[in-house]
Order: sequence, then C-alpha cells, then structure tokens
Amino acid sequence: MNWVFFRRRLADRIALVCAALATAFGLFFLAWILWTTFANGAAAINARLFTQMTPPPGADGGLLNAFYGSVVMIALAIAIGTPIGLGAGTYLAEQGRHTRLAAAVRFVNDILLSAPSIVLGLFVYELVVVPSGHFSGYAGSLALALILVPVVVRTSDEALRLVPDRMREAAFALGLPRWKVSLQVLYKAARSGVLTGVLLGVARISGETAPLLFTALNNQFWSADMNAPLANVPVVIFQYAMSPYDQWHALAWAGALILTAFVLALSLLVRLVARGRHS
Amino acid sequence: MITTQNRPLDTGHLEPEAPIKIDVKGLDFFYGRDQALHGVNLAIPALAVTAIIGPSGCGKSTLLRTLNRIYALYPEQRAAGEIAIDGANILARGTDLADLRRRVGMVFQKPTPFASSIRANIGFALSFYEKLSRSELADRIEDALRQAALWDEVKDKLDQSALSLSGGQQQRLCIARTIAVRPEIVLFDEPTSALDPISTARIEELLQELRGRYTIVIVTHNMQQAARVSDKTAFFHLGELVEFDQTSRIFTSPAVARTQDYITGRYG
Repeated sequence: MNWVFFRRRLADRIALVCAALATAFGLFFLAWILWTTFANGAAAINARLFTQMTPPPGADGGLLNAFYGSVVMIALAIAIGTPIGLGAGTYLAEQGRHTRLAAAVRFVNDILLSAPSIVLGLFVYELVVVPSGHFSGYAGSLALALILVPVVVRTSDEALRLVPDRMREAAFALGLPRWKVSLQVLYKAARSGVLTGVLLGVARISGETAPLLFTALNNQFWSADMNAPLANVPVVIFQYAMSPYDQWHALAWAGALILTAFVLALSLLVRLVARGRHS
Repeated sequence: MITTQNRPLDTGHLEPEAPIKIDVKGLDFFYGRDQALHGVNLAIPALAVTAIIGPSGCGKSTLLRTLNRIYALYPEQRAAGEIAIDGANILARGTDLADLRRRVGMVFQKPTPFASSIRANIGFALSFYEKLSRSELADRIEDALRQAALWDEVKDKLDQSALSLSGGQQQRLCIARTIAVRPEIVLFDEPTSALDPISTARIEELLQELRGRYTIVIVTHNMQQAARVSDKTAFFHLGELVEFDQTSRIFTSPAVARTQDYITGRYG
C-alpha cells in the first residue's frame, strides 16, 4: 500500500475516533443529567404540584406559588426587556450602523452579555431593594430583564444586519420614512431572528437563581403582590435541595424537571422558528 | 480625451424638442475617495424612455442612484454638482428625501419583494401616503397590478406571500409597487439582468406600455434592450458621459469613436 495514503488514512481515522469520543463524553453527561432529573422528578410529579403551595417542613405540598411567581416575573421581564433590546438592536443595525457610538455600544453590550448574573442581582439589590426596604417581584423582574436585554440587543442587531441592503434600499426608494421602513419591512424580514433571540433570552433567564436571591427572594405562601417577596421556581429548588427534608427534596426535583422541560420546549420552539426562516 | 462636458452633444434630434424633466449639470460622484462620475451633464426628456449604457463600472448605476438620492443611505457616498428635477436642485441641502423618492420611483436589479403578502407589498406605501377606503385601496392595488401586467396571474392569491412568486413575477410586483404611489419618474436599474428571457421580454413589453405615462430612465448592460425600449441613449465610459443622442443615432451612426467601439463589441 502507498505509504502516504496509509498515513493520511490513519490520521483521518485517529481524528475521527477522537471527535467521536469527545462527542460521546459530552452527550454522556448531558444524558446523565437529564436522566437523573427525570427519574427523580417524575416520581415527585402529581396533581398537588400544581394546586398547592410550598409546604412547611414535614408536610406535603406543591409549587403553585413558585410557578406563578416565575411566570409573572419572566413575563414582566420580557415586557421590559424586549422593547429596550429591540430598540437598541435597531439603533445598532440601522441608524447607528456606521457610527463609533454603535461600535462602543456593541462592545459594552457584549460585556454585559457575559456579566455574571449575580452581579446584576446585586446591582438591582442596591438600586431597588435597599431604597424600598424590602424584596419584591418587581426587583426580580428588573434583574431578569437586565439579563434579557443584552441577549435581545445582540440577536436583533444581527438579525437586522442580515436583512440585505437591497431590501432596505427598496423600502427607502418608495419614499418611506425610517421608522416605517423598520417597522414594516425590516422587522418583518428579521422577524424569526428577533423572535429566536427573545426565546433564547427567556430560556436563559428562566433558570437564573442568583439574581432572584437578592431581589425577589422567596415566599412560602401564596402571594400575587409584585411589590412583595415573590416565590419562584429556581430559588425554591435552591432552598429545598439544600434542606434535610425528603418532601422538600422531592419538590425540588419536580421543580427541576418542570424547569428543564420548559427550557427544552423553548429550545425546540427556537429550532422551529429558525427553520421557518429558511423555508 | 473627448470632451463630454460641452452641452451641444446633449441636444438630440427630438422634434419638436421634448421638455426636460431631469437636468444633470456638472455632476461628480464619490465613493469615499474614489471618484465614480466626472462632470456629467445630461438633460433627460419628460415622458420618454432614456437608456444608460456602458461597460461595467462606468458609473451608469451610480448616476441612476443619484436621481433619487438612494446613495444617501451610505454616509461615505457623496455627490457634487446639480440635478434639477422640474427646475429644483435635489442635491441641495434640506431636500425632502421621502418626498423626492415618492416622486422618483426605483426598480432594482434583483427583485426585492417584502416578506409579506402581495396585497401588502403594494398597499403599505400607498396607504401611508393617502387616506384610502378599503375599496379605493383595493382599486389602486388592482390598477397597479394591471399596469404591471401581473393582475391576471395573482388576482386569486393576493393574500399569499410575495416570496412565493417567480422571479419575473416578483420583478413585475416591484414595478407595480413602484407605480402604485404614482411617481413622475421611474428609474430601472438593470431590471432584467436577473431574469430569464421570457420574463425579460414581458418586462420590456411593460416598459413600452409605461412609456408616455412616466419619465423612465433605464440602466442596462444589454445594448439590444436599450435599442428596443428607449427613445434616447446615453453612453458612459470611465465615469464620463461620452455621448447622448437619439437611440437610433447612437446605434447606427454615433458621433464618437468610443461609442462606435462599444456598440460594435470592441470592448465592454
């Protein structure tokens, strides 16, 4: 056999085996995590989970108040973060496209994107919790929104810059003002990219624990008051998992499973939306 | 170097002399530091078809892009000189670009339908400019599609995505969208270069039908097309206007040797 051919094929095989091993290594732990979550969580899932409040130690209960708090805080975070993020992304991709300010904003946004969430939590703690004198759902939403904004800025900036210039020219050539062009032509063309960004951001904030510890804290009882400490899934998981009580452990697993399923469903939705973009 | 700045070349043999719609005087154009147009003088007649031909990179598209100031989207691009439309210099500071572009429509090289329905593609600029009732809007959309010879093909699927149309249909949709807002001037930037021969023929027929209703300026790299559709033809080379005359004269007995060389395929 030709020596060069043999050597190349050998190198190819070795590289292939290494790549396969690395993939298997990563997938193994992912599967392990998912399996542990599922096995422990599924056993704890029952109707009480969605109908009862978080219990005191030694009693049965559910996570209704935590689910409610999480959903409301995430919804408010989306409501705050998406318009700001989309607005900033539009500025970066359109009005400010060729300016130094946009380059600077983009750079700072990238830093914010990778800022530890606990720092954002502390920031909101100083900004809202300390002056108001108490933890609150509003503070929690604000902290989550601060995490969401840079994600939306980045993705909407990129989605808008992917819209070809000729589309922009065609819209401006009709004599339309800039806001109309953005609203009716560019957002439509970039729709799935922007939506993907928001969904990715929601997946990111739905599991955040550290910023909520300093802002929304937790609430063992039913409360719909956004101006008071608010129960939420991540902090409940954190507290219950650290406790010595079996019922609490079971609830923590159930919460973890629901949270994982939610994020997984969001990821699937992102893929669907992204696929719609190409068809 | 042949002098192209002197105006006598511009006067064609239109008889009687057609009124001038667009009067370009001493136009220079820059992409950053690169100068793409050098002292262009060109008087474009009203309600006729004026073709601009020349080899790649000669500045013909650049000239077209100054007429509605679409180049102004890019801060590094700059025009100097004067372009008078109905006597008003559109390069002057304070020109209302939205109003200018409404009066001067443009159809691009590649079809650029918006990611929405056929109806919305035409309707949305229209309903922005004019307060129209539902039925008036529907009439105007139909009228625009008929003028663009597209109505019969799309009348049953106005709510379908414009992206589902073929390339030739998309281009006619873009023409419909442009004329729906009733411009005075329509600029065509190589409107058929991305299309198959049959679609090209349809667009050329359409140009014939639009002649006399709009002042049309068309950039094309296809000389046969220029000869077929235009009344007057301008030949550009290296950013200069070489010759501007009746289309029939340009293609049979051009006054300048460079034009002769180009139309006989010696370069370009």
